[in-house]
Amino acid sequence: MTNDILVFAEQRTGKVNPVTYQAFSVAKHLATKTGGAVHACIIGKGVREIAAGLGGYGAKKVFVADDAELEFYRALPYARALTAAIDAPDPRIVLLPATFMGRDLAPRVAARKRAALATDCVSVDVAADGLHVRRTLFSGKVFGEYKLVGDRLQMVSIRANAFPAAPKQDGSPEIVNVPLLLTDSDRRLQLTEIVRTGSGVKDVTEAEIVVSGGRSLKSEANFKIIYELAEALDGAVGASRAACDAGYQPHSRQVGLTGKVITPKLYIACGIDGAIQHLAGMRGSKVIVAINTKKEAPIFNVANYGCVADLFTLVPLLTQEFRKLRHHA
Amino acid sequence: MRIATVIKQVPDSNASIRVLADGSGIETAGLKMVCDPFDEFGVELAVQLREKRSDVEEIVAFTVGPEKASEIIRTALAMGADRGVHVCDPAFASRNEIFLAEVLAAAIRKEGKSFDLILCGKQNIDLDSGELGPALGEFLDLPHVGATTFLEVAADGKSFKARRRIEGAEEAVECGTPALLTIEKGLVEPRYPSLPNLMKAKKKPVAVLTAKDLPGLDGASVGTALLSLTPPPPRPPCKFVEGEPEQMARELVRLLREEAKVV
Ligand SMILES: Cc1cc2nc3c(=O)[nH]c(=O)nc-3n(C[C@H](O)[C@H](O)[C@H](O)COP(=O)(O)OP(=O)(O)OC[C@H]3O[C@@H](n4cnc5c(N)ncnc54)[C@H](O)[C@@H]3O)c2cc1C
Ligand SMILES: Nc1ncnc2c1ncn2[C@@H]1O[C@H](COP(=O)(O)O)[C@@H](O)[C@H]1O
Repeated sequence: MTNDILVFAEQRTGKVNPVTYQAFSVAKHLATKTGGAVHACIIGKGVREIAAGLGGYGAKKVFVADDAELEFYRALPYARALTAAIDAPDPRIVLLPATFMGRDLAPRVAARKRAALATDCVSVDVAADGLHVRRTLFSGKVFGEYKLVGDRLQMVSIRANAFPAAPKQDGSPEIVNVPLLLTDSDRRLQLTEIVRTGSGVKDVTEAEIVVSGGRSLKSEANFKIIYELAEALDGAVGASRAACDAGYQPHSRQVGLTGKVITPKLYIACGIDGAIQHLAGMRGSKVIVAINTKKEAPIFNVANYGCVADLFTLVPLLTQEFRKLRHHA
Repeated sequence: MRIATVIKQVPDSNASIRVLADGSGIETAGLKMVCDPFDEFGVELAVQLREKRSDVEEIVAFTVGPEKASEIIRTALAMGADRGVHVCDPAFASRNEIFLAEVLAAAIRKEGKSFDLILCGKQNIDLDSGELGPALGEFLDLPHVGATTFLEVAADGKSFKARRRIEGAEEAVECGTPALLTIEKGLVEPRYPSLPNLMKAKKKPVAVLTAKDLPGLDGASVGTALLSLTPPPPRPPCKFVEGEPEQMARELVRLLREEAKVV
């Protein structure tokens, strides 16, 4: 085993997931402690050009698995490719983004490689006995400090927006091809289609700003004002479970324990009470704004800014103000 | 078809969690424990498959947990599972989901006959990791579909179409059985077991397995150790923006620009 660190650079349809760049900044920090080099690996079809660009983020070598069978994510072929990409440089640490892909892929590879794995970490550091990480438990109600046992491969996935992105600099990495030897058992699952959900509007996991509405919106049509505010902020629309279960919004927009867990820069909760299960999905946001008619609503306990107001009056006014701001910018 | 569901007992999502003063664990006295809501989706899906098809021979609920976890096996049996397998041994008390997956894989393999579908929750609300399902798939050498939002099993039970949630989209997949699926919210709504079904559940068989029954699991795969637990850092107190709606809107925008610097 070397002291090197390998970053799994996630791409879909040629676009690198931005959390990848956050993983690079973690990798650089860890490398100063292990004394090893930072490498990257990228899996897909026609991804050599992206691979070359990863040098700018600090990758010395980029291990590339480029194959028609890897065009779209499937757990088994990607697990095969990632395992091969790990075996080549034999790193001590592998970092992945804790995205849908990273969360799906990392446990499979960790089980295969008998690696230590910590998922969705908000801090990572090198200690004498292995890596120490912090992550949440009990749907964000508790933080846990974990040690990864140091005598084996250590895999860590990192939570979106918990770390700064590495700046892009100059650098041309050495490209190393990873041979892909798929077996028939790797082909048991076939991808047939990728279907956009939420009518093509930005997803809550993809936006830096999320505007959410609750049951108090009372109808799908009334969500229009939430969409307009989100649009003025170039953000995404989320919803409480009560709003989704009532059919005002699709389940894909639900934020919370049984919805999506997000950590945007700004979260605006409109007419959301702040039930513990909703907080589970958004309490890690950097700045939280709550708009609610009821001053005692628990959402105000986690909000940075609170407006005790009727959302049907305030939200359109906010949209106007933000539009003015854009107009002047 | 034979279906396995994997379930876990976790603190109720409404419960507040108190960390022990020494950070070694959480206060469990008086803590309400329930079947994980995502795992209930898996049980419900299995029961609905049986209601829709005539070829579902058996639904077996598996769990690893202390004696008290027998409660959630009863829940699954009352929802419609046929029997339970409860792996209960202090040797298996672990907060590492890869190890738990290895224990469950051994318990499932011990059945001898294989399952066509293995259904797990997308993740569990106690460890927030989602590692269990994919790792169990790996240990059982099965393909897995993570975060399933749609499932249609072919008439002959030999294959299925499914969809899984990703950022802003869903992947549609096709796969042969046997396979493992982890279930997202939205696919099914778990039923409340009726009183008669709760009574019937008491008569359904539950096998209890200990470390003796599952030899060779020495915990060597446990790659993580929990050092300490802490409450989350407190958020700053809420700053209430006052005034008439127009003023309020202007002031909030100013604060977000100049103070928080997020817009
Ligand atoms: C196992 C489990 C999992 C769950 N998972 C989730 C989850 O993932 N996400 C989630 O959100 N919930 C989840 N819930 C549900 C959660 O407990 C709450 O029921 C839900 O979040 C309530 O949604 P709400 O705040 O929109 O509705 P309500 O509780 O009805 O609150 C509406 C709020 O709007 C305010 N209001 C009303 N009118 C106006 C107005 N004109 N202007 C401004 N404010 C107004 C009210 O004061 C109130 O605070 C889960 C529950 C369970 C048991
Ligand atoms: N006898 C047991 N058999 C299996 N799992 C257990 C047992 N006792 C505790 N656990 C589980 O192991 C984890 C850690 O428990 P503890 O170490 O008691 O905090 C928890 O998820 C418990 O549910």
